[in-house]
Amino acid sequence: MKSLALHLAVIALLFALQFVLPPYHHTNIARVMVLAVFAMGYNIAFGYTGLLSLGHALFFGAGLYAAGLMANGGWTGLATLPAGLLAGGLVALAVGMLALRTAGVSFMIVTLMFAQAGYLTILYFGPVTGGDEGFVLPAAARNLAGFDLATETPRYTLGLALFAVALLANLALVRSPLGRVMVAMRENEERSRMLGYNPFTVKLTALVISGLYAGVAGAGYALMFGYVGASFAAIQYSILPMLWVLLGGAGTVLGPFIGALLMFYLIDLSSSVTTAHQMVVGVALLALVLFAPKGLLGTLRERGLKWLP
Amino acid sequence: MAAMILSARGLTRHFGGLKAVDGVDFDLAQGEIHAIIGPNGAGKTTFVSLLSGRIPVQSGSITFNGQDITRLPAHARVARGIAYTFQITAIYARLPVYDNVALAVQRQGSRALRRDTMAALARVGLDDRADQEAGTLAYGHQRLLEIAMGLALKPRLLILDEPTQGLANSEIEGFKALVRSVVPDTTVLLIEHNMDVVMDLAQRITVLNFGRLLAQGTPADIRANGAVQAAYLGG
Ligand SMILES: Nc1ncnc2c1ncn2[C@@H]1O[C@H](COP(=O)(O)OP(=O)(O)OP(=O)(O)O)[C@@H](O)[C@H]1O
Ligand SMILES: [Mg+2]
Repeated sequence: MKSLALHLAVIALLFALQFVLPPYHHTNIARVMVLAVFAMGYNIAFGYTGLLSLGHALFFGAGLYAAGLMANGGWTGLATLPAGLLAGGLVALAVGMLALRTAGVSFMIVTLMFAQAGYLTILYFGPVTGGDEGFVLPAAARNLAGFDLATETPRYTLGLALFAVALLANLALVRSPLGRVMVAMRENEERSRMLGYNPFTVKLTALVISGLYAGVAGAGYALMFGYVGASFAAIQYSILPMLWVLLGGAGTVLGPFIGALLMFYLIDLSSSVTTAHQMVVGVALLALVLFAPKGLLGTLRERGLKWLP
Repeated sequence: MAAMILSARGLTRHFGGLKAVDGVDFDLAQGEIHAIIGPNGAGKTTFVSLLSGRIPVQSGSITFNGQDITRLPAHARVARGIAYTFQITAIYARLPVYDNVALAVQRQGSRALRRDTMAALARVGLDDRADQEAGTLAYGHQRLLEIAMGLALKPRLLILDEPTQGLANSEIEGFKALVRSVVPDTTVLLIEHNMDVVMDLAQRITVLNFGRLLAQGTPADIRANGAVQAAYLGG
């Protein structure tokens, strides 16, 4: 109850925020919310199930390009958003079927290679994908049930809606029997096997859910910001969700959002005062590893907030 | 003799040159309490790991409940009703006691997870510690939790690998009562070093030595067996 109230309060706060934020931050928060959906997806695989993937850019990119390419074909958000969701889930399913035969470092390498192959494929099919430069979505396609996503309020609302659904679904998942089994797999795979759980099936399920999150985030991002490019499928976008999750707290429901928010403003603020914002991020991460290795919410959970999901 | 719930023929597992389990034939009667004894390194854990599927069989065959399970993966054997509790305690140390057992209970498709989990904990007297982190339990309690997880699977065959190791004498009495209470619905296969427990509980005893079957029989047979005396009971 307490935790449901907390998560609803965060959603309510974000809803109220749109009425007071200046335009610049309005866009920023909308962006952070949709990226947080991506991060939540990453957290389901990494934080809860213990799958250290280096290839999540592929799932984000799958959603992004599914939406973008369909937009070019004249489809609007009502079709492209679900398509992005499915694309992320399907690509995760395909990758998982192969990559989950490995574990640990091999799993990292295999997922990384899949993602790189995806990235190169996007570049290779330049005439269709726009290659390195990407493409801008046709204005008519940035439309969801009559709302123009190029304008402030619909854009923020879509970001918030995706975030709210993703957050509550995430909360329900981690409290469900499946969520418990995912954590069990992370904690002790051999034990879980001897309780009758097939590690491969459990991990594949988690990875597909994770892919659905990443995919819908990608599609949402394309619609909200109107641009699709190969850089979103590059290695940075596999590393970023991991950093957000680590910063906010792996294996916590709100951690990915907190991490994405902090990292975003850390880079934003530091790049306005110095060109060495990469170093600021580096220092922040170093501080994190030294003082709060479980991330912000992970540390809070350890220090008394034990009910934090 | 009663119907056999499990039969193994020519069961073999070598580790390099080491013949951990070497051509063992073994039958388990429905509803019995059966103990496996033998010196350290005799192959007891390896043998039951072959039965539970934790370690793949090298050669030989296993039938359970009339069906060949030799090639079945471990999780599928659990679904058929074989539960295994680890010799080295393998609980989820960082999860609450409740979750440890709930994981086993929910695998059975329980409709009242909370109630059934608490009942499973109550069976070993850990219900008042449901919210405690499992790793912070006393060692004896961790062993009991391990047993509770096995029991919560409602198995047809429960394999216990040295369950009384680390238990206090008072706890051992409780443990014996617990095991007696699950038969004959559940068949119990028990690896045990504590000879009092073995002689007290087991209807039949199998003695392994160097991966081979040395003797098999009732507690009285085993006591009287010269070869067992020499190899294990210390003359
Ligand atoms: N995975 C493994 N790899 C190599 N050797 C192993 C492995 N598992 C067991 N062994 C060896 O196989 C032999 C039998 O081991 P096992 O654990 O089955 O004995 P045990 O009868 O259970 O002994 P204990 O009473 O000490 O538990 C031992 O010599 C052990 O060192
Ligand atoms: Mg052993």
